[in-house]
Amino acid sequence: MVLYRVLSSSPNKPANALQSTLLNMQETIREPMVQDPTQFDVLVMPNLYGDILSDLCAGLIGGLGVTPSGNIGANGVAIFESVHGTAPDIAGKDLANPTALLLSAVMMLRHMGLHGHAKKIETACFDTIRDRKVLTKDLGGNSKCSEFTEAICQRMKDMD
Amino acid sequence: MAAHSAVLSASKIINPFWVGRLGNTAKVFGTTLISHRNKTSLTGENIPPPAKYGGRHTVTLIPGDGIGPELLNHVREVFRFTCVPVDFEVVNVNSALETDDDMNNAITAIRRNGVALKGNIETKHTLPASVKSRNNVLRTSLDLYANVMHCQSLPGVQTRHKNIDIMIIRENTEGEYSSLEHESVSGVVESLKIITRNNSLRIADYAFKLARERGRRRVTAVHKANIMKLGDGLFLQCCREVASGYPEITFDSMIVDNTTMQLVSKPQQFDVMVMPNLYGNVVSNVCAGLVGGPGLVPGANYGHVYAVFETATRNTGKSIAEKNIANPTAMLLASCLMLDHLKLNDYASVIRNAVLTTMNETRLHTADLGGQGTTLEVVQSVMRVIQSKGQFTAEL
Repeated sequence: MVLYRVLSSSPNKPANALQSTLLNMQETIREPMVQDPTQFDVLVMPNLYGDILSDLCAGLIGGLGVTPSGNIGANGVAIFESVHGTAPDIAGKDLANPTALLLSAVMMLRHMGLHGHAKKIETACFDTIRDRKVLTKDLGGNSKCSEFTEAICQRMKDMD
Repeated sequence: MAAHSAVLSASKIINPFWVGRLGNTAKVFGTTLISHRNKTSLTGENIPPPAKYGGRHTVTLIPGDGIGPELLNHVREVFRFTCVPVDFEVVNVNSALETDDDMNNAITAIRRNGVALKGNIETKHTLPASVKSRNNVLRTSLDLYANVMHCQSLPGVQTRHKNIDIMIIRENTEGEYSSLEHESVSGVVESLKIITRNNSLRIADYAFKLARERGRRRVTAVHKANIMKLGDGLFLQCCREVASGYPEITFDSMIVDNTTMQLVSKPQQFDVMVMPNLYGNVVSNVCAGLVGGPGLVPGANYGHVYAVFETATRNTGKSIAEKNIANPTAMLLASCLMLDHLKLNDYASVIRNAVLTTMNETRLHTADLGGQGTTLEVVQSVMRVIQSKGQFTAEL
């Protein structure tokens, strides 16, 4: 029923000054999230609201094809996954967008403490998408999954 | 009884000039009286005759908290100016009190008048959990089972998505808002979500009837039946049953998380949506954000007997209260919905058109729309537009 909104410290405040605000669902969903989602940083909430809000936010950033996620348990046990469906209609045809799963893997690397590798893969992935030369169909391009992946790998090679 | 027949005969000798002015009031008055006498509602309670005397309706007004009082004052000002034949019976509800007397007075007043216009009553988090949300108590006591919100893109308002026209019908009395919670073990709270066959059938029927009346093609039920198999499963099943009786309307269903995602990416695909209480809250708020914010959309709560009108997203707006920056559009449009309900359609059209014309003026947009206009400027503009259309008005 309530959401905590945690704002990161602004440049004018000391680095360790975190603000948290109690927001009820109404104030979060309506105007702010749909009209100006940039005001939010970290949101924590119970299960059902998380289900709804996470899909809502995925819709804001381009859909489930590019949204990574992770499920964290006690003692560092964690499962990272993309939350889109199995897409049986395009399975095995080298058409799928691997971004969601790739970024989930990046989250996993960060969880394992391999920040350098995580940063490298993430940057290569974002740069490839930003470049708009090699994109899969769901992002408006014509390339295959393997071509997209190859482009990311090439970028990482060029980074070294 | 004697009073009624006395008034009926009085209406017959009313000066013909005034009959022309008041339109069909005398005829309507007569018919309404006869049809409501000794009428019983579905629950067996006697429906009182409408609060209409001498051609004037009496409507309960609950100012509420935050921006409610000031916006409702503006509504009264516009009504006075437009000579709308509605008198308001004001009932104040103090949200800080723990007792229920204020609410009981308000509910009695609405039972008496049949129709109400209200601002949101704040639910203070500091009061004990046993004190229920006053707005909720009002809705359940009066059995206002359908919350209807019509979300339309307004031409004068810049939004990311255009051409949105969605009707949201939200079950208003049960579901997650049943206020049934307990803590049998310390630190473990159980909340009951109630879904009943009767209420689900009722709301689905309302949705399909409304869709048919308005010539809408598609009704989408929003649910989470994959997780709440019994609760939302029952709701979905009831919707399907009702759908079979409306073959000309396409029925489909969508899971609530996918619904919110589709709403923020492709809202034009939705037509009429029906859903249980909490999802209704979420979806109506998302849609309000899509068409321009909470200051623009009116809402209505209907039962078989009573109707209560308010802003769609039911926010108190405490932080902007009494600063002359709140957007009066939602409340003014809600008052138009109320006038339509009272069959005062001409007055409703005049005020609605004036509000929408004012919305086209970007320099009059209030802060929530990114402008710098004040509430008063908007209201005065509305009244000027009404006057310019040749409507018989009081002094400005």
